[in-house]
Amino acid sequence: MGQHTTEFLTPRVFCSHEDTTTKKIDMIHTPEVTAMKKELINLIDISKSFDGESVLDELNLSIHENEFLTLLGPSGCGKTTTLRILGGFVTPDKGRVVFDGQDITSLPPNKRQLNTVFQKYALFTHMNIAENIAFGLKIKNKPQSYINDKIRYALKLVNLEGYERRMPDSLSGGQQQRIAIARAIVNEPKVLLLDEPLGALDLKLRQDMQYELIRLKNELGITFIYVTHDQEEALTMSDTIVVMNQGYIQQIGTPETIYNEPENAFVADFIGDSNIIDSVMIEDKLVSVLGARFACVDTGFGNNKPVDVVIRPEDVELVKPEEGTIQGVVSHLIFKGVHYEMEVMANGFEWLVHSTQMFPVGTKVGIRVNPFNIQIMNKPESEDEEAAAIEG
Amino acid sequence: MKDNHQLKTNKLTGQLLSAPYLLWAVIFILVPLGMVFYYGLTDKTGAFTVDNVVAIMSAEHAKALWLSIGLSLVSTLICFLLAYPLAMILANMNVNQHSFVVLIFILPMWMNFLLRTLAWQTLLEKTGVINNILQFFHLPALNIINTPAAIILGMVYNFLPFMVLPIYNSLVKIDPNVVNAARDLGANGIQTFFKIIFPLTIPGVISGITMVFVPALTTFVISKLLGGSKILLIGNVIEEEFTQAGNWHLGSGLSIVLMIFIIFNMIISAIFDKNGEGSML
Repeated sequence: MGQHTTEFLTPRVFCSHEDTTTKKIDMIHTPEVTAMKKELINLIDISKSFDGESVLDELNLSIHENEFLTLLGPSGCGKTTTLRILGGFVTPDKGRVVFDGQDITSLPPNKRQLNTVFQKYALFTHMNIAENIAFGLKIKNKPQSYINDKIRYALKLVNLEGYERRMPDSLSGGQQQRIAIARAIVNEPKVLLLDEPLGALDLKLRQDMQYELIRLKNELGITFIYVTHDQEEALTMSDTIVVMNQGYIQQIGTPETIYNEPENAFVADFIGDSNIIDSVMIEDKLVSVLGARFACVDTGFGNNKPVDVVIRPEDVELVKPEEGTIQGVVSHLIFKGVHYEMEVMANGFEWLVHSTQMFPVGTKVGIRVNPFNIQIMNKPESEDEEAAAIEG
Repeated sequence: MKDNHQLKTNKLTGQLLSAPYLLWAVIFILVPLGMVFYYGLTDKTGAFTVDNVVAIMSAEHAKALWLSIGLSLVSTLICFLLAYPLAMILANMNVNQHSFVVLIFILPMWMNFLLRTLAWQTLLEKTGVINNILQFFHLPALNIINTPAAIILGMVYNFLPFMVLPIYNSLVKIDPNVVNAARDLGANGIQTFFKIIFPLTIPGVISGITMVFVPALTTFVISKLLGGSKILLIGNVIEEEFTQAGNWHLGSGLSIVLMIFIIFNMIISAIFDKNGEGSML
């Protein structure tokens, strides 16, 4: 027994508390650090179709050790299928899954070193909480004393101490979700797969659970692969976001990169609100938007090249008409709490604007944008690609 | 005030609408039940007696009762062993396939119960269809007509759907992710079945057992047609008391005994099936 207790009190689990936690949070979102980490999972040329309909097409993705990676996209984009391929519940038609240097493509779920937290919890309703958590350990024939220690430890980790004898049905959605997480992590997986785990919870609880998940990830020091269609969730928790649409990866990057430098109109549109405007790149650092010339910082697009310009609503500055690059009239105004949301009709385009300053409907305003806040994107090359980027 | 009035009217309408059902229940359930108890607990002079109930202790009646229980238990067990895999196959089929299979399965139930049993009689007879075919191929004849085996066959054939459907019902209610979760946590197929799938279908199994065991215990048609006149089940004994011996008192008394057995069975299933999950028919 003593041997097992020490095994489960390994520093890996407990020492990453307090002081290191803050350090780790600092580390999050720093691309250099992520790049240095070891690759743990490689998806290579994964294709999958259901009933002749392609869901994933030649998908390639590397997942690093200790990373919080989010697969983000609208429903039907292939994110859940990707997760199921990782979990072993779906076999890809083509391609390989490499885990820690080993090809696990045809390994059944029960032989894989990862655990899943399912949508809608999927707890065993005929077992109490302790039995639920112990399930994986009992299968592996761990001694009872070890199992008991693990149950206590896991319940402490998810803040549900003393719930051992309760039945799943008597718990709230949020509590059931925590038990589902506890049930997965007692098996000490190298990777935890989470399939829209917060989807069924209400807003407040969802926000609490987001912090909870970040804390858990830092305490456990394992890789989290998270699937969601909620962009806010993705931005809050992830080290890396993989934006997917129609079976293709649209962009991989840190939350900041994804938000500030979307690579195409789909990403810009899916992550937060944005103004996406047909424009022409006149020359390096100068773009013509709706007939007006805006300074920007992008180079290398060529001269007189059609491009898409993305400007986030909070980056549109409303000023006096004569101070603006172009002029327009406020057409809609909504109070949103933290800011006002306005629509400004200018040069035939309805600009979405977020501002703490209020301009009544009908006010003539000027629009100004800081060059750094203008994001230039290449237009999709073929019609196919355009369809893939815009639909969803 | 107006709301209150509305509420009262609604309540009244509700009561009126349920009246036909209540009437039905009283005339066709409560009155006959009362009559059974009246006849069962009186003698020919109308005086109270428990002799008719105690009559179950006589060698002849006890033998019939034990034989009934024995055959019903065997039939229920066979039904369960056949029904569970069948229900699993059905539950794993996609929608188009399974509605067809369910139809095939339900189809015989649209035929009269008596007709189906008579058909088995014709099939199993010494010079019946099955033996003719066997003879044609020079195979040994099948002599199970008028044996307990034929009765069990008849019971299983007639009551199998009542076992399949509740089990199927509880199987399709299982969230596929619950099964995936078990696999994910390291359980192989067999472990997943015994630790997760089977325990979750116990309400359906109990429900199926009740729905097979109770009619099997009380049947007299199957034993009469397939068991010949030599094998008497408790159902046959009671039937004969009413139709041939004309002793309604003894028939009712023995019915009460049978009822006690059935109620006992119901109580057991109610304990296991607290949520009424398995009940569907």
